[in-house]
Amino acid sequence: MTRDDIIAGLAEILEEVAGVNPDDVAEEKSFTDELDVDSLSMVEVVVAAEEKFGVKIPDNEVQNLKTVGDAVSYIESNA
Amino acid sequence: MPTTDVVVTGLGATTPLGGDVAATWDAMLAGRSGVSALTQEWAAQLPVRIAAQLAVEPSEKIDRVKMRRLDRSEAIALIAAHEAWADAGLVDAGLDTERLAVSIGSGIGGAQTLLAQDDILEASGPRKVSPHTVPMLMPNGPAAWVGLELGAKAGVHSVASACATGAEAISLGLDIIRSGRADVVVAGGTEAVVHQLPIAGFASMRAMSVRNDEPEKASRPWDKARDGFVLGEGAGIVVLERADHAIARGARIYARLAGAGITSDGYDIVQPHPEGLGATRAIAKALADAGVAKTDIVHVNAHATSTPVGDMAEIASLRAAVGDHPVLTGTKSMTGHLLGAAGAVESIATILAIRDGVIPPTINLDDPEDGLLDVAAHKARHLEIPAALNNSFGFGGHNVALIFTRP
Repeated sequence: MTRDDIIAGLAEILEEVAGVNPDDVAEEKSFTDELDVDSLSMVEVVVAAEEKFGVKIPDNEVQNLKTVGDAVSYIESNA
Repeated sequence: MPTTDVVVTGLGATTPLGGDVAATWDAMLAGRSGVSALTQEWAAQLPVRIAAQLAVEPSEKIDRVKMRRLDRSEAIALIAAHEAWADAGLVDAGLDTERLAVSIGSGIGGAQTLLAQDDILEASGPRKVSPHTVPMLMPNGPAAWVGLELGAKAGVHSVASACATGAEAISLGLDIIRSGRADVVVAGGTEAVVHQLPIAGFASMRAMSVRNDEPEKASRPWDKARDGFVLGEGAGIVVLERADHAIARGARIYARLAGAGITSDGYDIVQPHPEGLGATRAIAKALADAGVAKTDIVHVNAHATSTPVGDMAEIASLRAAVGDHPVLTGTKSMTGHLLGAAGAVESIATILAIRDGVIPPTINLDDPEDGLLDVAAHKARHLEIPAALNNSFGFGGHNVALIFTRP
């Protein structure tokens, strides 16, 4: 799976859970500041991402996933 | 009008009769029933397979993503609150939100969320339970969401007094303004528990109509053939305002909320006192609080759920507290019983009856009980109303009487 595939998968989740426009989803975007994902919706994103990409994202990792790129890197190296 | 008076400047509702106040009121005056057969799969196993479901789905007014984090009772409270807020002319009015409070309750709360998330927990485990679960099922959720969206900073309150909730929330709004804690209170009730567990529970109490083959005829207050209430869902919200505040901003005033009376029966957890003593005292207290003579009450929007005992106990109370002269309406004949929203939606009907000089009919009253007061059966009736009484009672022995007058 390429980084672009992961971004596309995350964009799908973000649209479903938080109504984020898929066109806005890019590596440098911050989930909370730029994509407006609130803390509870972020939990939903993480759970959906675990399922979609077959990874475990422990709660203490979530706080390090500030940008879409952070999440892509985590998924890439743990999937 | 003394400047400390409390007036109603905005109305909002979504009910089984319509998606807003105007549609609801039109349907009421036309005597339409909002009761229909339940077509959900789960209904097949229930002894009661009818309910008064919303005329307009909340998803038509609230986007999909936002609906994911709202219980149905919260979504409809928001819809009604925004309608009331706009109706009061408060959108972009620059209201001081430190003088704005909210008082919105529900009888049961976010039961649909609780049940759905419990199903998810059982089937898929705790990690799949939505992180929105708690704010969706907490009973203060509807008030909290309305407070959040309107920016209310003078306090967000949630009353829970079963079927008296909507009326008690409005009476709390009256208290808040009178005590000087806010200038404006967004007040009312919401309920959305048309679901198999609440229906099974009420049905087990033998409190509900089982007229499954004739849904539109099932809710029939004061009719000899009544066999229980019909569960409904909906929300009703009013904007209450200190009179001088409303006058200063040139607001349209629907009616004055002249007074309220609250008592408890101290008798039984579900049965009203058979002679309606608690209700009689509530009405008497409301009259005294409002400074309104009993002879001025020409219209009563009665609680009248269509249960065999409750309807006539209320008549006994009215006779004792007000006398024989008022004309009665049982709007639950059309809306079904909106539980925590009932007192709020019925307050709106009472206010509009005062404004328009017309009272909605009580439908299905084909064979009236003996000894009944004057009821506008089948057809709306024109009536000049200087003052009207709205009664609400609830499991637990809650009695709330509200008196509205012409502004």
